[in-house]
Order: sequence, then structure tokens, then C-alpha cells
Amino acid sequence: MATLSFFYFGGVIVLTAVLVVALRNPIYSVIALLLMFFHVAGLFITLHAEFLAVVQIIVYAGAILVLYLFVVMLLNLKRDDSYQRQVWLGVSLGLLGLAEIVYVVLTAGRATGPAIARTTQVAAAGAPAASVTPGNTEAVGMALYTTYLFPFEVASLILLVAMIGAILLVKKGIMGPEAGPLRESK
Amino acid sequence: MVPLSYYMILSAIVFLTGLVGVLIRRNIIILLLSIELMLNATNINFVAFAYYLNNIAGQVFVFFALTVAAAEVAVGLAIILALYRGKATVNVEDLNMMKW
Repeated sequence: MATLSFFYFGGVIVLTAVLVVALRNPIYSVIALLLMFFHVAGLFITLHAEFLAVVQIIVYAGAILVLYLFVVMLLNLKRDDSYQRQVWLGVSLGLLGLAEIVYVVLTAGRATGPAIARTTQVAAAGAPAASVTPGNTEAVGMALYTTYLFPFEVASLILLVAMIGAILLVKKGIMGPEAGPLRESK
Repeated sequence: MVPLSYYMILSAIVFLTGLVGVLIRRNIIILLLSIELMLNATNINFVAFAYYLNNIAGQVFVFFALTVAAAEVAVGLAIILALYRGKATVNVEDLNMMKW
């Protein structure tokens, strides 16, 4: 059952990821990415990260993808944007990197086989104990607000900087009339 | 039980798909979508390791990666809008103002 759900979610994730890159209409690409985010959330649920699955759907599918769709429809793009000339170079580079990573993962799995097996044994042994410990959301919250409190505050600063930056970039006339070559072609 | 290496290979496939997308596409919005693909690949890896090593820290790091992704989207789309307002194109080959 776990294997089946992994292969379902993994297969759809790979398929939609390829579609995001391959489709020529940007709106179809965004919809494919939306489908991928839902399946990544499903994969998170099979890995017992329920809180992250919900956050994934709310933040990625709810906020980020809607922003993308707004921009794609606002710009009213034509359909005829083609690939770069060196498309085969890029694809072969990607396949080379994929072969490399698969090779490394498989050989490392063989070399440290007992270690991984021990880890999974620990995880299996910890499973009954985990059912006694608090739920996933509570565990994430405990780690986030105690051990990782300072990174959490830094993350809020990043969001503030992004908000100010986005407003500054798109607001007309905020930079003054002499705003460089971007403005004079208007 | 699914081995950990399956998750790593899935994550590698998604990451390299994003990388190839950045290399071969001309539309700058698709380039940003490909960066989202790469960030999601790292998230899959983080959550898989958090589960198999029985450590919640991996999930906390996904939270931070999500924050950075949201900030990147906001600023990146603002840059695209500013570019489109000036140059009326989203093709990266037409954006060569800084070429000497």
C-alpha cells in the first residue's frame, strides 16, 4: 500500500514536472505545477508530515500559484515562445546529471546498507513510541518556537523585505523621473 | 516500506527537470516556475530524511524553504512586471540591456 501510493504520487509528480517545462502555453504550465503541488502534499502525508502538507496546499497552491496566474493573465502572453537553440545540450546535461545522481545513490545505498537498515529499524522501533508523543503539528511547533526561534524571526524579516521590495519595484513613479533606460522606452 | 533512495531519486528527477527548464526555456515566467520545481525537489528530500532519520528538524527546514520561495515569487514577479512595463517582452533573449 505504501509502495503503491509512493509510485502513484511519484509518477504524477514526475509527469507534471516534465509538463511544466515542456508545455508552450504558460497557463497550462501553471496548471501542471498546481497539480504537482497537490501530489507533493500527498507525498508529505504518506511521510507523516501532515502539517507541511496542509501548509504546502495553502501557501503554494493558494498563494503562489494564484500570483503566477495573475501575472500570466495580466501580461496576456502570446503562445509562440519557443525553446532556446541549445535545447538538446540542456536535455543531455540534465540526463547526465540524473545518471550521476542515480549512480551515487545506488552505490552509496550498497556501501552503507547496514547503516540504512539500522536507521529504518530505529524508525520502525520508534513508531509505537511516536504514537504516544504529540501530533505532527505540535512537534513542528515545539521545534520551531524553541530550537529554531532565531531562524524563525529571520524568516519574518525575509518576508518583510520581500513585501517592501515588491511594492518598490512595481509602483510607478516611486523612483523619480530619472529611472534609467527601463523607463525611457515607454 | 519504500526505501529512502527512491525518494532521493524522485527528488533528483524533479530537480533536474527544473534545471533543464531553466536552461532550455526562453519565457522568463517559465524560468521562475522551474525554480519552484527545484525548491520543491529539495522539500521532498527534507521531508523524506526527516521521516527516515526520525528527526523533526527536516520539516522545520521545509518551512523556511517555503518562506524563501514565497519571498522569491513576490520579488521575481515584481521584477517581471517592471521589465514588461519597460520592454514589453518576457523573452530572456531580448533582455540584453546590460550586455556590453
